[in-house]
Amino acid sequence: MKAVLTGSHFMLGDIACAEGALAAGCNFFGGYPITPATETAERMALRLPQVGGHYIQMEDEIASLAAVLGASCAGAKAMTATSGPGFSLMQENIGLGIVTETPCVIVNVQRGGPSTGLPTLAGQADMMQAKWGSHGDYEAIAYVPNSCQEMFDFTIKAFNTAEKYRQPVFVMADEIIGHMTERVVIPGPKKIKLVSRKRPKGKKNYLPFKPDKDLIPPMALAGEGYGIHITGLTHDARGYPVIDEETQHEMVTRLIEKIRRHAPKIWEFEEVETEDADIVVVSYGAASRSAGRAVNIARKEGIKAGLMRLITAWPFPEKRIKELAESAKAFVVPEINMGQISREVERFASGRVLSVTHAGGGMLSPEAVLQKIKEVAK
Amino acid sequence: MSAKGAGNEGKIETVEGHPLDHILRQDRLPHIWCPGCGLGSAMTCFAQAIERVDIPLKKQVLLSGIGCTGRIAGYVNVDSYHTTHGRAIPFATGLKIANPELCVTVFSGDGDLFAIGGNHFLHAARRNVDINVICVNNFNYGMTGGQQGPTTPVEAKTTTTRYGSFEHPFNLPYLAAAIGAVYVSRWTTLHCRHLEKSMEKALQKKGFTFIEIVSPCPTGFGRPNKLGEGLEELRYYREKSVIKNDASWDEMDLHMRGEEPIVVGDFLDTEKPTYLELEEQMLRKRGFMK
Repeated sequence: MKAVLTGSHFMLGDIACAEGALAAGCNFFGGYPITPATETAERMALRLPQVGGHYIQMEDEIASLAAVLGASCAGAKAMTATSGPGFSLMQENIGLGIVTETPCVIVNVQRGGPSTGLPTLAGQADMMQAKWGSHGDYEAIAYVPNSCQEMFDFTIKAFNTAEKYRQPVFVMADEIIGHMTERVVIPGPKKIKLVSRKRPKGKKNYLPFKPDKDLIPPMALAGEGYGIHITGLTHDARGYPVIDEETQHEMVTRLIEKIRRHAPKIWEFEEVETEDADIVVVSYGAASRSAGRAVNIARKEGIKAGLMRLITAWPFPEKRIKELAESAKAFVVPEINMGQISREVERFASGRVLSVTHAGGGMLSPEAVLQKIKEVAK
Repeated sequence: MSAKGAGNEGKIETVEGHPLDHILRQDRLPHIWCPGCGLGSAMTCFAQAIERVDIPLKKQVLLSGIGCTGRIAGYVNVDSYHTTHGRAIPFATGLKIANPELCVTVFSGDGDLFAIGGNHFLHAARRNVDINVICVNNFNYGMTGGQQGPTTPVEAKTTTTRYGSFEHPFNLPYLAAAIGAVYVSRWTTLHCRHLEKSMEKALQKKGFTFIEIVSPCPTGFGRPNKLGEGLEELRYYREKSVIKNDASWDEMDLHMRGEEPIVVGDFLDTEKPTYLELEEQMLRKRGFMK
């Protein structure tokens, strides 16, 4: 069986995610079943053996991410897929992935929370967990798909970004996108651009955490004879634990700067009629589909509204928000949570920022967004 | 590293190096362990074993979780991963599956492997993942300051069992055998030769192997329980240890007090297909592998 199912398909979002992973070269999946992300795991269990990869169902989500990190250290392109409660369990090892600079992909098909919440119904309320869930300082990278096609495309992007910057990367989907079926076009394998982690040029003078000018160190794998030591403790360029203020400062600063410096290359968004917009609607994932419709209707009714749809939620495209804030008089932020990304927009927008909230369990309606746009337009 | 020793006729003999120097990360020594701790002996035995077996050092991977024993991964000069608390086994599982050519060993403490990491131990043994788990059991949480752990014997005093522990501890060899390990043994740090042999065997054996090392922790466990300093605890091991390979599972309970023996030995050595072998078998059957 082929790794890349070139052609046009009518495909479930969660399955498109699995196919995207395979197209990106994923050869290890460690996971634990959880609604609404289970179909990704099931698809990987079916497909990975067909392409020479391994699927393993671990005992829980903590073990799943630990196995994914281990596999990545042995050279695999590795991933897991989960939902809110599983994502919570993974947080400690997300930190390990960040500090050991181990590339991998974590898909979170979000459902309603807190706690067990709404297993079968939508939510977008893990957005801040993706940024701040693990302890300590770090910069997250997260893609937010709003269609089945994007479940495919953004999973590839997530693998490439993870490999390039050597860190775990999130795909923050939601139940609506995970469980909807749409047309997905899979290109030929040659048309898919793949990135692999930077590798050492030789053993001479190699230090596992000595970065190049781009702040990214080349990665040696287990079993290659480098005799590397990798630890979750604060470490120096050799990878040896050094428990002091200076080393902590140096290590954390580099890890943060590795992403912040490259943020303009990482952040992605799409804009519709924002050039002359008085009101900019900022949205992502399932909610952005309603936001798009609301903006269309508003325009027809003579309101100068535009849509900025996030493709990366993290790093947050702050520069573009600042630019838009120069001419727009207000921002409207619809999302299926009680105002998480809305607060982020507020940090960078000088004008009014209005949240359109939804506690989860269903689609945020275009009417709710339109109503808020009209309120501001008055 | 060089060591100096005095000859018996007043001559000073200089030894240029130790035969195991190349197996340790000398630039990380001295280690952080307390005087009298058994971890040095446990590490030496492991160093001997990985050198003796017919597996290239570059194919050896050592993993650990958190705690005093967790630091071993940083001292042995092979690819090593010091992971999160309790999660070395699932990390090792991913690593081994992604590259089956590696000889993967998890070397960690009783708290790390059996409290926070207990569930992972169960499932890795059940799957018969081809990894080796070596547990240094010192009956307490050493690095955090001598608290109760899942192997703390009944009545033992720790900083969180001031009136004596009233929890039943794990009997580790019994547990390992019950859940599917293919090789199970227990030694104290006094039984260096036996321990080395067991380690050699485990490293070369296919499947999930388990070795328990009963080890002194004078700082955290020995002192409050009147076992004395490291040397005295070793003396205690010498008096109380009984090698009994065919011991019954209840004989393996460790009481660490009174007249109760410390039963050590090679308790189990059996065969069954590993996780990867079964995976391969299934895929062949269905025509996905030639």
